[in-house]
Amino acid sequence: MKCVIRSMSPVGSYLHMVLDAPEVGEVQPGHFAAVAVGGIGSGMLLRRAFSIHKSTPGETLEIIFAAHGQGTQWLATQSTGDEIDVVAPLGKPFVLPRAAIPCVIVAGGYGAAPMELLARELRARGCRVDVILGAATQEKLFGVLDLKAVSDSVTVTTDDGTSGVRGRVTDVLADLIQKNNSQAVYACGPMPMLQAVAKVSQDNGAFSQCAVEESMACGIGVCMTCVLPVIGDDGVTRMARSCVEGPVFRGDRVRWDDVNTVPSDAFGAPRPGGH
Amino acid sequence: MTHVDLTTSLGSLQLSAPTLTASGCAAAGKELAQFGDVATLGAVVTKSIMMAPRSGRATPRMAETPSGMLNSIGLQGPGIESFLENDLAWLRANNVTTIVSIAGNNVDEFGELARILAKVEGVDGLEVNISCPNVESRGQVFACNPISAAQVIETVRSVWHSDAPVLAKLSPDVTDIVEIAHSVVEAGVDGVSMINTLLGMVIDVDKMKPMLGGRTGGLSGPAIRPVAVRAIYQVHAALPHLPILGMGGIRTGHDALEFIAAGASAVSIGTVVFGDPGAPWRIANELGQELQARGYNSLSEVIGLAHQN
Repeated sequence: MKCVIRSMSPVGSYLHMVLDAPEVGEVQPGHFAAVAVGGIGSGMLLRRAFSIHKSTPGETLEIIFAAHGQGTQWLATQSTGDEIDVVAPLGKPFVLPRAAIPCVIVAGGYGAAPMELLARELRARGCRVDVILGAATQEKLFGVLDLKAVSDSVTVTTDDGTSGVRGRVTDVLADLIQKNNSQAVYACGPMPMLQAVAKVSQDNGAFSQCAVEESMACGIGVCMTCVLPVIGDDGVTRMARSCVEGPVFRGDRVRWDDVNTVPSDAFGAPRPGGH
Repeated sequence: MTHVDLTTSLGSLQLSAPTLTASGCAAAGKELAQFGDVATLGAVVTKSIMMAPRSGRATPRMAETPSGMLNSIGLQGPGIESFLENDLAWLRANNVTTIVSIAGNNVDEFGELARILAKVEGVDGLEVNISCPNVESRGQVFACNPISAAQVIETVRSVWHSDAPVLAKLSPDVTDIVEIAHSVVEAGVDGVSMINTLLGMVIDVDKMKPMLGGRTGGLSGPAIRPVAVRAIYQVHAALPHLPILGMGGIRTGHDALEFIAAGASAVSIGTVVFGDPGAPWRIANELGQELQARGYNSLSEVIGLAHQN
């Protein structure tokens, strides 16, 4: 769908883009948007995927991005009133608890983008919500104030100690789970962080859901680029597409040590002599 | 809408629209249904199906390149049994014209797949993928050798008694694609699909290693379009009656018209679908407009027209 840029403003190291999206349907926390970059005839053929920060059905769609690569740098040069092409919402969102259980939200950097929406949903279900936001440095934190308004506590960690606790999100996660008897952990951020969060959650008796970051080509399930080894309900590991079977996966089902490989026991894995 | 007649054919298979999906770029069609009516496409050409389920290769499987992309997916798929039960059943239920792409580890597997598919309803054509570059050994790229290419086609042909056309998908990574085309024609194909991806590599200079998990990958997208147009032009010149399904970086109706003028009877839309899932429908409309703007009444009168001048 065509979306007109309503506003774009810097937030720390990131950009916050608000789009007029009259055709957008209902967005749930964890859904993502795929944005075409480079304009008509661009040499960049593939869309860039961003988790959706906020959305009002039939009105707006908001994303947070870092102008790191060629595509996002192009996006950063666009102005209010310019039109961009967006496919959204895509993917499987976070699964929300049926009961009012204590939850923890963990996010690294702009992985916090979907978390305000998630915190609101959890709160609406009567859940206690504690938040841990981590980043390399203060400027790369996102959403600290917004999340304070919709949660019971926000703990900040930075690698360099410029804000909050010096260290990693997982340095404070175990204590928080124990203190509040948290039963579910929701995480979004870089893969090594997700792996560590999944482990700490499991070690402390909490169920985790992780929104993964895998490079995608299509975002709609046709190209088989964004796969990672995930254990199914039947106990079989399959190369699951993070765009349609994810991006949110159960933390205890992703074979984190085997990401970027095809485990030898995966469904359809190469056998000697073939493949 | 235009009044140009866009119907076309590939051998005995009549197509109501000139754009098809390219194998590997639309799975088995279902995912595209949220972007358009799949039954109105010329056909869905499925992702290549193999006998056994297949995990594909390790990630990263993709690198974006100038006007294209490099992939090393490695034919991830559910295997023929699951394909028939789920994918083909969906395609049939939705009245989708279906060309099934098949890939085998060896000649016998191609034959076995064709034998199985010959017995089921809903297969309107076969595209024999003898040219996937994402295999461990270049020796397995049957389309790089006229003899092995012909062996695969002869084996498929011997068990394929349906009228539905058999197309051989050819690789441009050969010295003389016309020689390969001649050999598969002699082996009994009804048409050829061209081109598959070109073998390429991208190196990550921070990690100082190839970027893709499979090291090499197949290059696709508009970057390879002139190679495809050239290959189609050459084969049509040598074999003017051979139906050609053209593909390779088609992004607009204007691009598609180049392929038709070079000698293709229909076109498959591939990599551009990743960025623009509605592209197969859009490009069919644009092709109609391009033809109308030039005063043509039908697509069929333009096939191979670039050879007259």
